[in-house]
Amino acid sequence: MKSLIKKLVEIPGPSGFEEQIRAAVQREIKDHADEIKVDALGNLIARKGKKKDGGLRIMLSAHIDEIGLMVTHVDDNGFARFIGIGGINPLTCYGGRVLFMNGTRGVIGVEKLESGKLPKLAQLFIDVGASNQDNCPIGVGDVCGFERPFLELGDRLVAKSMDDRIAAVIAIEAMRAITDTPHELYFVFSVQEEVGIRGAITAAYGVDPDLGLAIDVTRSGDTPKSVKMETALGKGPAVKVRDSSFIADPRVVNWMVETAKQAGIPYQLEVLEAGGTDGRAIQLTRAGVPTGCLSIPCRYIHSPSEMVDKNDVQNAVKLLVALLSQPIKLG
Amino acid sequence: MTKKPEISKSKVLQISKSQIELLEKLCNAVAVSGDEQEVRQIVLEEVKSVADEVKVDALGNVLVTRFGRGEKRPRVMLAAHMDEIGFMLVKDDGGGLFEFVAIGGIDERQMVAKSVLVGQEHLPGVIGAKPIHLTKKEERKNTLKIDQMRIDMGLDIGSKVKIGDRASFATRFEMIGPSIRAKALDDRLGVVNLIELIKHAPDNIDLLAAFTVQEEVGLRGARVAAYAFDPDMAFALDSTPARDLPVWESDDDNVNYNTRLDQGPAIYLMDSATIADRRLVDLLVKAAAAEGIPYQFRQPNRGGTDAGAIHKSRAGIPSISVSVPQRYIHTAAGLVRHDDWAHTLQLMHVALSRITSDTLKR
Repeated sequence: MKSLIKKLVEIPGPSGFEEQIRAAVQREIKDHADEIKVDALGNLIARKGKKKDGGLRIMLSAHIDEIGLMVTHVDDNGFARFIGIGGINPLTCYGGRVLFMNGTRGVIGVEKLESGKLPKLAQLFIDVGASNQDNCPIGVGDVCGFERPFLELGDRLVAKSMDDRIAAVIAIEAMRAITDTPHELYFVFSVQEEVGIRGAITAAYGVDPDLGLAIDVTRSGDTPKSVKMETALGKGPAVKVRDSSFIADPRVVNWMVETAKQAGIPYQLEVLEAGGTDGRAIQLTRAGVPTGCLSIPCRYIHSPSEMVDKNDVQNAVKLLVALLSQPIKLG
Repeated sequence: MTKKPEISKSKVLQISKSQIELLEKLCNAVAVSGDEQEVRQIVLEEVKSVADEVKVDALGNVLVTRFGRGEKRPRVMLAAHMDEIGFMLVKDDGGGLFEFVAIGGIDERQMVAKSVLVGQEHLPGVIGAKPIHLTKKEERKNTLKIDQMRIDMGLDIGSKVKIGDRASFATRFEMIGPSIRAKALDDRLGVVNLIELIKHAPDNIDLLAAFTVQEEVGLRGARVAAYAFDPDMAFALDSTPARDLPVWESDDDNVNYNTRLDQGPAIYLMDSATIADRRLVDLLVKAAAAEGIPYQFRQPNRGGTDAGAIHKSRAGIPSISVSVPQRYIHTAAGLVRHDDWAHTLQLMHVALSRITSDTLKR
């Protein structure tokens, strides 16, 4: 699993520019799906199994996009101004290295700041080593992601795009592990989550599921003076109760909790004050869908060094396999 | 960016007197969001002889279909919104004075002392403000809030206006040399271009034209229009701010120009509501290059167009926006260049004619 994580987290794929990561995921799943398609917005949708008696049509959603930057202006000296794609924090930008979709690399610099002041996004720029507009290999509209190698720190795994490639890994591993299921499973590797949960809206409409489950990272409350939050790294995958985008269906929460208990898989309950996932889009599609979310506690979200715990990831795969291999009775 | 247009006149659409007159009629009409009847009537009149199908949907969108010829024709949706920003009367204070609210995004500082047209009869009014004689120096530093302003209709308007009536700025359309000054250029420019594109629809596509309602209050009409059409791809035709006055900028660089006049149609890459489909960016850029039509990229930035609602419809619709750059947008009087308008129409016409079943190939 580690090599798959390393492979997927290091590929750039800001929202709207998921070609490379989509192709990589497609290579990983092609032997494990009964049918694969890419929808109009670029969601990768893989079906496994056919609905049997007592089975449901279930949509799993892990987004393959990540936060990134888009160039808005290149000045006479070849410095590029940019805007964030998704929630970019200027604090984690300065000194960062970026990789453009066309292969160009760059570093992020900052204007002279008043002492003690944090930079605004508008005060930052990308330096690709150019000296003027003509020899600058990027222009308005070019897109980059942060570039950081995958890092292993004991049980902790660190990468620029754990949000949400770790969920893509979990979905792929579950897809490979599930041998027998009464359900028709649609593994959706969705696009444009970071800019407003857009891909999952159209994917959910297309799949038209009976049950939905998003897989995403969530915050943790286990670092010095962090936000107050129950979830912590290493205590198991989290079953989302609510976030600011949706309230998980209580029947789905119960089903996830009971399944974890029966299988002896550690889990935590998650109440996230601010944030949203593809779960919202699935829940609200068409005439409505019972939906939940399986979360992976993650530190330093939306920084170039997002950290998760290996055991949580492995347990998330186990829980997902247990959830999807048996008939489901929501009660 | 400063490409000189070398347009092969025989192939591309031109703007003549009749299109200017139509734009004048459209701009002088009043259609504040939710009450688009006047513009809808003009649109219906213009398209009835050339459309294969015309429908007014439940929200008031005008949905026009013009079928092409031949096999495998892509279904291409074009959207231009009929509504404009404006005001709504909310309380009768007596004596011809009315409290009002804004419909759509209007800067409070730009409301005072403007002439307005109220209700379906376009009755005259003014957003009154204390004159200089009656204000103190300190008072003049403060921005007036909308609840401190009133629309003054004079006395005895009686039953002619009522709470809920819309009001718009009263500015009349004018050609000023190479420029056009009017209210509601956002998005009557899109409307007039869409009418022209229906009249000159290329045969390689089925053109699905949506003249939408309620864009200015949150892209509402386009959402249901896209659901109804369920197209293969979509283009929103709109107008976007130009920020090209030296006097506006505190720094010489002006790196946040958004767009500039005289640089041609603004092709979108990303705004708050949509990441433009790059296959459609390519289509437009190649069309412009092939015909020598100038264009600019709108800086990736905030804002949103009907594309924001359209691309998320049903199972997804690859979408993009193209706008005419406009100074002073969402104020009483916007200003655009005739040639930016013409180049936008030309670019769209050429781009549509180049669409094939391979356009969306990944």
